[in-house]
Amino acid sequence: MIFDVPLLLLAAGSEATAGTYVSLLVIGLGLLALLYVSIKAIEVDRRVIFLFIFLSVSVPILFPITFEEQATPVVKRAFDHIENLPEGSRVLLSFDFDPAMAPEVQPMADAIMRHALAKNHKVIFMSLWATGQGLLDQTMRRILPVEFPDKIDGRDYVSVGYTAGNEGVLNVIVSDFKKMFPSDVNSVPLDSIEIFEGVSSCRDLDLVVTFGGGKPGAKEWVLFVGDRASVPVAVGVAAVVAPQMYPYFPDQVVGILGGIKGAAEYESELIKQYPQFAERGTPGLVMMGPQTLAHVVIIAFIVFGNVAYFVGRRREMKR
Amino acid sequence: MKRQVPLFITFFVGTLLIVSVFSPPIETLGEDFSVFFDIIAVFAFFLGGGNLLRVHLTKISRRKHDWAYSIVTLVGFVVMLWAGLFKVWNEGGIAASVTAEESLFGMIFNSVLIPLQSTMYSLLAFFIASASYRAFRAKNREATILLVAAFIILLGRTAFGTMLTAWMPSSLSAMEIPNLAIWIMNSPNLAGQRAILIGIGLGVVSMSLRIILGVERTYLGDDGK
Repeated sequence: MIFDVPLLLLAAGSEATAGTYVSLLVIGLGLLALLYVSIKAIEVDRRVIFLFIFLSVSVPILFPITFEEQATPVVKRAFDHIENLPEGSRVLLSFDFDPAMAPEVQPMADAIMRHALAKNHKVIFMSLWATGQGLLDQTMRRILPVEFPDKIDGRDYVSVGYTAGNEGVLNVIVSDFKKMFPSDVNSVPLDSIEIFEGVSSCRDLDLVVTFGGGKPGAKEWVLFVGDRASVPVAVGVAAVVAPQMYPYFPDQVVGILGGIKGAAEYESELIKQYPQFAERGTPGLVMMGPQTLAHVVIIAFIVFGNVAYFVGRRREMKR
Repeated sequence: MKRQVPLFITFFVGTLLIVSVFSPPIETLGEDFSVFFDIIAVFAFFLGGGNLLRVHLTKISRRKHDWAYSIVTLVGFVVMLWAGLFKVWNEGGIAASVTAEESLFGMIFNSVLIPLQSTMYSLLAFFIASASYRAFRAKNREATILLVAAFIILLGRTAFGTMLTAWMPSSLSAMEIPNLAIWIMNSPNLAGQRAILIGIGLGVVSMSLRIILGVERTYLGDDGK
């Protein structure tokens, strides 16, 4: 299977360069050597494993390999929900993550932010994490002036930033937004912001999308806001958290974006409908290269581990 | 008295909040208490900061193991506090966002915190690979089931999963790796997660009752003795 990698890349129609093939050949030959070592029932040193993971991640970064993605129903439903909302709907995007989680979650946040603004929804940004506000500000600076120069702060979007209180914040904004956020991030009172006309609590929102993977995060949004206020909630979470969200799908959560795969699926759906965003970068699709190769290497090592285990056990039984 | 007052407050507030849920005139009490919680949290920030200073200053003064790292911690803490509190180099002044691009706080956040946290998280990939090599062994039936599920999920989360089983006829589409991965998430995982969630829910109710009734006192410190 390992040595089918270049063939599979060709089958996928990816634009792999000669460097990619040489690197993959080196990784493939190395893994073959390790399989031989495993058959001899010799345990592989962890430093060797680290080296292979380093190679499997760095090769697709140096020589990008991209695959075509097809949105699965859990992602497609989130996309369709935003797509089918009438123009001018109030969508709240909550950046509940830190820089550690950002590589997985940021691509989803970018894609959904672009989608919501392209659909002319009114977007409210906030964060339940102190570190989320920095990432939120950075995202807004990176995307808004470049891609949506006609959008106006306060009319088309607004950031209320971070406030301390974790679940307590949700417990309050579910019935009174201004009690927790009296002003936006630049100290402008919410009462004087156009986007908040007719919005007094989360009950007046048309959709909440939370990005994160820790606590407070997706689960708290569902329990404290989605259920109580009957507001549709979509979640974009780190891959390790995605399985925990499935019990809430599809009734309490309208869609789940899990890890880079979820981001890549959303991006593929977005650029299908809005091709202009393809030029703006698709980090989710790009990062599927390293993830795919890393998964293959991990699978190979699981196989080696089992080969070494069974060969070793057979030898012991013979003795 | 030292123990009875907090126990009484806990009992009173806990009972009041439960009653408020069923009493329309005071049903918003829970939200008001959340605001009070925020006020209390401010004091916790001071306590946390004070504790951090105390622990690391003690470590430095007694030249304990790795005391030099404590200097880095303290310098980082003081500089970030100063930059955030006084909005240093912030073009919009004290009213603008603390993470404004040109502010010192924003610069440290972007240039130090983001690369450091991203690096720490990236290291997980190395340990996951190493742990998978050692832990995922078909030692018994349960371990084998786990191993097979892990294989399907790992492959299902990549384009290879689609490619490897693309040759299957449509009548067998349920057996394609991505579909198998979805089935694992939607059926066995869902059942397990629901069971865990119900268990957690019951645990939370039970623990809350123990705290309200004063049976559980570990939150008072010193094991509640």
